[in-house]
Amino acid sequence: MAYLIVFLPLIGFLISGAFGRKIGDLGSQIITSSLVGISAIISGYYLFLFVSGADPQNFKIFTWISSGNLNLNWSIYIDSLTAVMLVVVTSVSTLVHVYSIGYMSHDPDKPRFMSYLSLFTFAMLMLITSDNFLQLFFGWEGVGLASYLLIGFWFKKPSANAAAIKAFIVNRVGDFGLAIGIFLIFKYLGTLNFNEVFSSTKILADQKIHLLGFEGSLITFICVFLFIGAMGKSAQLFLHTWLPDAMEGPTPVSALIHAATMVTAGVFLVVRCSPLYELSSTAQNLVVIIGSTTAFFAATIGLVQNDIKRVIAYSTCSQLGYMFFAAGVGAYHVAIFHLFTHAFFKALLFLCAGSVIHSLHEEQDIRNMGGIYKKIPYTYAFMVIGTLAITGFPFLSGFYSKDAILESAFFSNNAFAIYATTLGVVTALLTSFYSWRLIFKTFHGTYRNKNYSFEKVHESPIVILGPLSILTVGALFAGYLFKDVLIGHHFNEFWKSAIFFKEQFELHHPPLWFLLFTPVSGILIIFLTYYLYIKNDEKILNNIIDQHKPLYNFLLNKWYFDELYEFLFVKPFKRIGNFLWNYGDIKLIDGFGPNGFAKVVKYISDRAVIFQSGYLYHYAFVILIGLTVLLTYMIIN
Amino acid sequence: MLAHSIVFYLFSFIVIVSSLAVISSKNTVHAVFFLILDFVSVSCLFIMMGAEYLGMLTLIVYVGAVAVLFLFVVMMLNVNFKSLKGGFLKYLPFGSLIAIVLLIELVIMIGTWKYKDNFIQTSKILINKNLSNTEAIGNVIYTDYIQYFQLSGMILLVAMIGAILLTFRRKENLKRQDITKQVSRERNEGVSLEDVPSFKGVNLND
Amino acid sequence: MIEVSLGHYLILSAIVFVIGVIGIFLNRKNIIVLLMSVELMLIAVNINLVAFSVYLQDIVGQVFTMFVLTVAAGEAAIGLAILVVFFRNKGSIHVDDINTLKG
Repeated sequence: MAYLIVFLPLIGFLISGAFGRKIGDLGSQIITSSLVGISAIISGYYLFLFVSGADPQNFKIFTWISSGNLNLNWSIYIDSLTAVMLVVVTSVSTLVHVYSIGYMSHDPDKPRFMSYLSLFTFAMLMLITSDNFLQLFFGWEGVGLASYLLIGFWFKKPSANAAAIKAFIVNRVGDFGLAIGIFLIFKYLGTLNFNEVFSSTKILADQKIHLLGFEGSLITFICVFLFIGAMGKSAQLFLHTWLPDAMEGPTPVSALIHAATMVTAGVFLVVRCSPLYELSSTAQNLVVIIGSTTAFFAATIGLVQNDIKRVIAYSTCSQLGYMFFAAGVGAYHVAIFHLFTHAFFKALLFLCAGSVIHSLHEEQDIRNMGGIYKKIPYTYAFMVIGTLAITGFPFLSGFYSKDAILESAFFSNNAFAIYATTLGVVTALLTSFYSWRLIFKTFHGTYRNKNYSFEKVHESPIVILGPLSILTVGALFAGYLFKDVLIGHHFNEFWKSAIFFKEQFELHHPPLWFLLFTPVSGILIIFLTYYLYIKNDEKILNNIIDQHKPLYNFLLNKWYFDELYEFLFVKPFKRIGNFLWNYGDIKLIDGFGPNGFAKVVKYISDRAVIFQSGYLYHYAFVILIGLTVLLTYMIIN
Repeated sequence: MLAHSIVFYLFSFIVIVSSLAVISSKNTVHAVFFLILDFVSVSCLFIMMGAEYLGMLTLIVYVGAVAVLFLFVVMMLNVNFKSLKGGFLKYLPFGSLIAIVLLIELVIMIGTWKYKDNFIQTSKILINKNLSNTEAIGNVIYTDYIQYFQLSGMILLVAMIGAILLTFRRKENLKRQDITKQVSRERNEGVSLEDVPSFKGVNLND
Repeated sequence: MIEVSLGHYLILSAIVFVIGVIGIFLNRKNIIVLLMSVELMLIAVNINLVAFSVYLQDIVGQVFTMFVLTVAAGEAAIGLAILVVFFRNKGSIHVDDINTLKG
């Protein structure tokens, strides 16, 4: 039955991709959605099994590589970590499939879209259920490919094509790091299967190697390179540039890939390799620094963005930073718990944004929205609930997971714990601020859209609202329901061997002021933003912006990272590529290769054609000369 | 033996001179005539050697058929008197050099050839001194070499057919009968019913 | 030298053969001379064969000469037929005009 989880989406991809035209739009939508839905149900069953204390299981599909020392299988390895991820991926995927039925109803290419969604789900499931690094890498690349296809879905738009290529290339940089990490693992450990790698780490804990002139511990190098891969996939600080541009894709894509599943593959990788990370404090420090800095950085940019999807995208980036620094301080289970709850409320936020865009007839700029909360009440309600969840409103999902992260960071003995905690708390305040800014600018105030009349704004159909409601239930209750199992006092009974803790993880009880600080400040910020944006109608804010114009521009232009990369990398590489193309390829290789050969052959044949004069007596003469030469040769011999 | 030598040298001289004349003659008809003279001399040589049947055969076939054929074609094609073009002189030194080299080599081969000791005894079928040449050849052709004889007959047949096929030319505007076509004519090709209105004619273009 | 032996006949045959060969590629006039040169070569071969036949007292040489004769006649006929057809199409039998094999 475990095979069904992974292969039903693949079947959906094949059917919808190959026969989409034959079975029609509705057929492909229903088939793909129901197949992924069945996967979701089976995943839920497995999670239930693990909650009741089952053991990890490995279902082998077939032997992939069996050459020398390298033995790899395609297999489906399910343990508690996998089960949690399976539920996340399949349930969000199912809801996105159903949502797309409504959202893409005006699009002519529905079967292609559904097939790409199913392909993505299949690749992500392969990644999660792998029991060796190579299958994980396969899934890694597969989700990168699916992301490229989906971001560039409306391929007639040049900006979508550019965004898709950017996503793929930036991901590639990360993948390069991941590949080096895998190479190192294979070279020094001789195997790529997870269980063998993780059991042999104790032997190699102190091994030092030289790499490119740097000497360091082997484990540190491996962990750093694996983390570079995670940075690329999860859009952490230096490899984040693709995430906001990825909003060129349709909103369901953003919800599925860039909120709940693909970007969490990096977190999954770090948690899966927890035995490795626990042995290298340097790598853990790196993870903490990058994670917390990303969280802060993304939140500052999200403050001033004007596109509804971009705000949520930066919010994702920021929350991923949270997950990473939770993993970095050693609280892997907290990171997964936050991943679990985050998937629900981030997908909810994205899909609500999609619903808003749909209702306002493809308007995405929040400066052109406002005052529509009475017109689209359900969407408004769902979005408010999602925002409450993300800001850590008491007793909703985000409250439990975020607070758990901050507590773990506060009490950990990591070198950068204080740095991380401070940034984490500041980011939480910023998160609250920009999330409520988004709500107020979108739904309250006066209606500012000049292109679409206010009367025409209508609520979205039930196909869209249905998944939203299910996600809302998740956002409300997932944290409360699962916190005991995943991060409660008996968390070890759930996680068992899926996560490795070097020292026994202690749950401290934080001081009361700490417990109260985040929720109270979160609630206060609601009122602050209401005042600033609605009552005051942004006058104070505009004053502040005018006085600090450079800072505002700095934030608005995403800390000028895109310009920096353009200057440092893109332009030089384009120049090199151009040079290599013109001189290297055209002049050298083509000149000596095909074109050169053709020229030489033509030259020789032009010379040789002179022999073919057409005159018979010339030919006879040549025969005679040949005969004479032969005769001479024979006589002389 | 002196007579033998004198006759040999005389006739071989004629042969060589006339063959040179064939290839260098300005008038094509003269060239054909020299060819005829060449053939006649060779025939005389054959007769002198003792192969009189072959000599006669050469005369009949070569002179009587081939050379006459050449004459026919020359007359028919109305070959014009054309002066030697400059190309001849340009190629003459190099071409004759090659030819003379070839000749020298052939002579060397003949000169240095070591005759085997039992040279005479390698013959297959000895010439019976009592038989005439005709009889001797006839004894062999129809018995041991019958297949080659038949084959040569076939070659002649093919040559004949080929020559006819190549040069046969139908006149374009001559009406001919095609019996097969005539016999296999259908009614709808031959008869057509026309409704002729009164005081108007009918157009019968076929 | 006075006594005529096989070698004399062979040298004669060689000379006539080479003259025929010269005729093939040195003529610039027309194709008929070329065909006549071929006949010259064939007659040279005939002389060779008959000479050997007489000196080896072997009748086979003469039988073979007959066949060469046959072939020569046939070949002359066909060659001339081709020439006639060529002349019909091209209008000239000057050697320099026959270069359609060029290239």
